[in-house]
Amino acid sequence: MPKREDIKKILIIGSGPIVISQACEFDYSGTQACKALREEGYEVILINSNPATIMTDPEMSDRTYIEPITPEVVELIIKKERPDALLPTLGGQTGLNVGAILAKKGILKRYGVEMIGADYKTISKAEDRKLFRGCVQKIGLRVPRSSLAYNMQEARRVAKKIGFPVIIRPSFTLGGTGGGVAYNIDEFEEIAARGIESSMISEILIEESVIGWKEYELEVMRDKKDNVVIICSIENIDPMGIHTGDSITCAPAQTLTDKEYQNMRDAAIKIIREIGVETGGSNIQFAINPENGEMVVIEMNPRVSRSSALASKATGFPIAKIAAKLAVGYTLDELPNDITRETPACFEPTIDYCVVKIPRFTFEKFPGTDPTLTTSMKSVGEAMAIGRTFKEALQKGLRSLEIGIDGLVDPPYIPQEQLIQKLTVPNADRILYIGHALRRGMSVEKINELTKIDPWFLYNIKEIVEMEKRIENSDKAGEKEFVDILREAKRYGFSDSQIAKILGKDETYVRGIRRKKRIKPVYKLVDTCAAEFEAYTPYFYSTYETEREG
Amino acid sequence: MKENNKKALLVLEDGKFFEGYSFGAEGETSGEVVFNTSMMGYQEILTDPSYKGQIVTMTYPLIGNYGVNNEDFESPKPWVEGFIVREYSKVHSNWRAKKSLDEFLKKHEIIGIEGIDTRALTRHIRVQGAMKGVISTTDKDIDNLVKKAKSCPGVIGQDLVKDVSCKKNWSWKKEGTYKVVVIDCGVKYSILREIARFNCKVEVVPARTEAEEIMKFQPDGVIFSNGPGDPSAIPYVVETAKKLIGKLPIFGICLGHQVLGQALGGKTYKLKFGHHGGNHPVKDLRTGKIAITVQNHGFCVDIDSLPEEVEITHINLYDNTLEGIRHKELPLFSVQFHPEASPGPHDATYLFQQFFELITKENQHA
Repeated sequence: MPKREDIKKILIIGSGPIVISQACEFDYSGTQACKALREEGYEVILINSNPATIMTDPEMSDRTYIEPITPEVVELIIKKERPDALLPTLGGQTGLNVGAILAKKGILKRYGVEMIGADYKTISKAEDRKLFRGCVQKIGLRVPRSSLAYNMQEARRVAKKIGFPVIIRPSFTLGGTGGGVAYNIDEFEEIAARGIESSMISEILIEESVIGWKEYELEVMRDKKDNVVIICSIENIDPMGIHTGDSITCAPAQTLTDKEYQNMRDAAIKIIREIGVETGGSNIQFAINPENGEMVVIEMNPRVSRSSALASKATGFPIAKIAAKLAVGYTLDELPNDITRETPACFEPTIDYCVVKIPRFTFEKFPGTDPTLTTSMKSVGEAMAIGRTFKEALQKGLRSLEIGIDGLVDPPYIPQEQLIQKLTVPNADRILYIGHALRRGMSVEKINELTKIDPWFLYNIKEIVEMEKRIENSDKAGEKEFVDILREAKRYGFSDSQIAKILGKDETYVRGIRRKKRIKPVYKLVDTCAAEFEAYTPYFYSTYETEREG
Repeated sequence: MKENNKKALLVLEDGKFFEGYSFGAEGETSGEVVFNTSMMGYQEILTDPSYKGQIVTMTYPLIGNYGVNNEDFESPKPWVEGFIVREYSKVHSNWRAKKSLDEFLKKHEIIGIEGIDTRALTRHIRVQGAMKGVISTTDKDIDNLVKKAKSCPGVIGQDLVKDVSCKKNWSWKKEGTYKVVVIDCGVKYSILREIARFNCKVEVVPARTEAEEIMKFQPDGVIFSNGPGDPSAIPYVVETAKKLIGKLPIFGICLGHQVLGQALGGKTYKLKFGHHGGNHPVKDLRTGKIAITVQNHGFCVDIDSLPEEVEITHINLYDNTLEGIRHKELPLFSVQFHPEASPGPHDATYLFQQFFELITKENQHA
């Protein structure tokens, strides 16, 4: 199916101001969409209240309205511009919500504007928790037990029936704001009241807690001909109970067998079909019980999401760009994979590296905020790193946070009781305290019990800690052995400054030895296909291997 | 340097070599070096009989993460000649795991090498083509190992099916409405599982079983299974196919597809480095729909060599090679990819349904 000729003018809704949970990721996706549609010859009209974005640069659209993103203002723009179509799935939750209201109020119909990407019915089925649960159960999948409440009296009744802890999720909000986990009735009173307040329709979902279960996300794309592909799997290192935006995550999934992964893939495909996302990308979240593999569906975003931006960067597959082209009628097999040029976009990227995303917090800028990580997002940014091992990617990610650490450094000493607290209650420094606990001799089993983080990740962190010891003792080794340790340390993602500190030397000393012994980074391509085909996009990551591609 | 790890060498026949560390069994092994781009599913890959004769490199760098369990076997044991990974995970974590990959490989005497730049190896194979190689933990002499790599038999013209096919008939499922005989050229359990789901009796017979013997089962359908190596090395299976074509519904998978291609008069050729992975898009030309498929083959049926009465039903969107055929009059179809998945996406399992429908239809005619 070639692109649609009956559409000439398309209105894109941007994501507006930078807020927690909705930041530059959506500028990135919106920019990609604007470019993709203009490339196809469509007239692009853009509304975004935030002029400090790339997408509002003059060459990105035919006309840009820097106005508040409200249904009223968008209606005025529609009245003036009379676009043929509205694309609401690339401007984050703001774009989706405004699009849904315009459809619900009959405004789109009045002006003959077609919603492309996702229609009102689809948005409702995905966003309205009650409808979503119904859809998921209809296709034979399990969701956590839950009930809706619209006032405190109902809420208390539901909580009593399900039993604590419970998760409170308000419907139609940004980044889960107003939600949270209640372990007792006092916490529940506060969070539930706040949730009802923050929901656009005064609705909260009170849900069976799957806190501590393993959390996964799949990035799914579908076209008009019902071809569905999974772009990327993401495993959250932090288990259920922490908002994905605040979790350290990695791609691809590390601790699933193919059977379990395919089961999840099948579920994701069934869900996108049942919800009815006709074209474009969606993000679907799952929880898995680490004891027995039981899988529940958590939620779905019927739009390009924060994770889509991560998945795009992680795989080289431009989700927003392709989503925009699918929205105007192309099918996946008609679009080329820009990276290989010769193969189509209808495929599933396979990667030959490990990607780690680490959230960045600035609690110091928000005095009085509780630094405990919950189901409401609190991070203000993130760093993504690529390595050939998880250890390498993790350490690169940590030093990319720009918080003054050069890897998995040892945080300040704290007494044992406080350490247990740091591990048990999710917080911004937990990853460093896991290293600290390992250095103090705490076992992987114990840390797993406290953090519920999968032992595979903990063991990899332990290998980093063990490498520190080997570096420390390397002065006793012969030169050849020392060089071997140095090379291996670089493969574990150690920076020269980290190594220098362990050795009690200067950073230039370590660099000097590396130069002399030719331990140098090589640059490898992000190519979507694990080197099966030649790639043309100059998109590299550094690592310590033998072959240089750049 | 890794602590307590023995060094190992991978040497290719063109002289390229990689130094790494031993995992799994120690010793020396040789075979054709190929790469697989699946990010998960190493247990299924290791136990897939189609890998007989080959040393498999995983392009995904972290392998062993979820150990080995009791369920995800595709045959009773691993068949690969050797296993190459970037980083073998010494710890595994999964609720189904029963043992580590290292223990599993040691038990079955499969030699592994880790700690090498598998991306460099993959790129080398992509550019130069699949080639023979040796993994050794005993011999340190590169020249000597190059000689050994050159002299190993490889896969071209080799009958590897005889090594992996069952020695006598056995039943996967004894009860069912229809009876399907599977000609075992190295069959994966998942093929048997998929067809058994349609309430079929499933009989598995050795690849050398002659057409007359097969007909004595009074089957309602026959499947020519997947298997290792070169279809031209197993003319006896092609002969069986020629005799069975037209007599009853036939379904061919992978090597079975190549066998049917030859039996119908087509030719096969060797691909440069083959297709091994779980993300190849294949288009069903009749519906226009695309399935993300599982691939594992080094040989391919030449599209242009097929006679008039054969319809091309599937093509690979990566390189436009042949992925599926159907006979225009007779009840026969076959695919180059693996509809049984394992490991990989389940997009193409509908083909088992189609085979079942073909059997049902033929039975109504009879």
